[in-house]
Amino acid sequence: MPKTDDHSPATDRRLLQLSPADNVLTVISTLEPGETIRVAGQNVVVPARLPLGHKLAARDLAPGDKIIKYGVPIGSAVTRIAAGEHVHTHNLKSDYLPTFTREEQGNYFKDHH
Amino acid sequence: MNSTLHAFARPDGRKGIRNHLVVVYLVECAHHVAREMVFPFRERGVHLIGFTGCFPNAYSFRMLQQLCTHPNVGGALLVSLGCEGFNRTELAAAIRATGRPVETIVIQNTGGTRTSIAEGKAWIARTLQEMDATPRVAMGLDELIVGTICGGSDATSGITANPAVGRAFDLLAAQNARTIFEETGELIGCEQIMAGRAARPELARELIACVEKAAHHYTVLGHGSFAPGNAEGGLTTQEEKSMGAYSKSGSSRINGILKPGDVPREGGLYLLDVVPDGEVRFGFANINDNAEIGELIACGSHVILFTTGRGSVVGSAIAPVIKICANPETYRRMSEDMDIDAGKILEGRATLDEVGREIFERVVRTAEGAPTASESLGHQEFSMTYKSFEPLGPACFPSR
Repeated sequence: MPKTDDHSPATDRRLLQLSPADNVLTVISTLEPGETIRVAGQNVVVPARLPLGHKLAARDLAPGDKIIKYGVPIGSAVTRIAAGEHVHTHNLKSDYLPTFTREEQGNYFKDHH
Repeated sequence: MNSTLHAFARPDGRKGIRNHLVVVYLVECAHHVAREMVFPFRERGVHLIGFTGCFPNAYSFRMLQQLCTHPNVGGALLVSLGCEGFNRTELAAAIRATGRPVETIVIQNTGGTRTSIAEGKAWIARTLQEMDATPRVAMGLDELIVGTICGGSDATSGITANPAVGRAFDLLAAQNARTIFEETGELIGCEQIMAGRAARPELARELIACVEKAAHHYTVLGHGSFAPGNAEGGLTTQEEKSMGAYSKSGSSRINGILKPGDVPREGGLYLLDVVPDGEVRFGFANINDNAEIGELIACGSHVILFTTGRGSVVGSAIAPVIKICANPETYRRMSEDMDIDAGKILEGRATLDEVGREIFERVVRTAEGAPTASESLGHQEFSMTYKSFEPLGPACFPSR
């Protein structure tokens, strides 16, 4: 199995990449406003308190880009997001449609196979 | 790790990592008598399980049948009041057919509380002696079944303990062990992602249908899945939240679907569908963590991996529970109840891969006989309610 935990000096140790394909990093130790963190080799000043469990962009993202965490899409960016910026409800929207809705639309199987 | 386990050989050919005797009350009215029989032997591997309901039900029968003939179980004592609906004769016959010692005490026939307890204790003492002579046999990791569940989750669960269990599941899959994950209600939002890991296209459709059924069940009972507290904890979308629970399943392909009591026959990863079929009846699908643990064990799980952030203390009857603590503060507060400190990932003291390896190694040591924290503390929880299931379709099984 490949080593997947990115603790290279290019990224702050308070940020965890859960899977190698991820373009967001998870905050594992609360970041305070004004602190400087390193994301993908760049210094980023934290604008607002970011508690454990929140996400930062690992690289620059464009509207419509899939946000990848755990190696899978968890939604799409709705605005431009710079590396190191907080990724949350203001700039990330779910792509999830409950499957029973799809079934009602009659395209349930076509969607998956 | 190349490990050969020294297992207990059962007459039906199955191999256990523990040698428990179970005392089974077949209705709540027999519970006290059964518990009193167990009490003097509670540190000698005698466990209490049972069903409280008086009305017969196919699910509860199948559950008790599978639990009494679990490979970790070497004998069973059934305790009946006498007039309950449970088919004690058929259950005793099913256990006897596997070659295990079994006895039924019917309290109304035996003469009441004291006589029944005395008779039960005498049978247990004799049977434990017999069970001491259980032959031992070599067992490979490819014969081991491991189930996983999360309970008392918090914001750390999805980033430390759950993905670390996923890493351990991948290591177990590499040994061709059989692994089981469940909680379809927690998988709402990642059914498409999960379907992409199905070993066969027809299985992908069944996996989606399982989650759809759970979503319907939860809606009818007024559950919501994504709560405001989730967003405060940093979770943004439904699929992201579900991925946190789903990450326990690791990254290997999904080989099939099980319902409670179905034992996987081939190595690989399985989804256990714990949500009842048909119209919503009998209330909540999973009333507590032990109800789900009992179902994982009825599917043959020898060991359970239990992840917790807020801090659960439970163990289980029949199979050892390994508790993996996601939150380093909880671990420091409740370390006596925990087996693995996955929260150290948050403090930079270990990586996910390292904790995954540690969990895998703990599974092997537990299978070799080392007691888990909850076993040492005497935890033997058991819980079972009414449910109803339809049999699985052919798409759910691995094809030969």
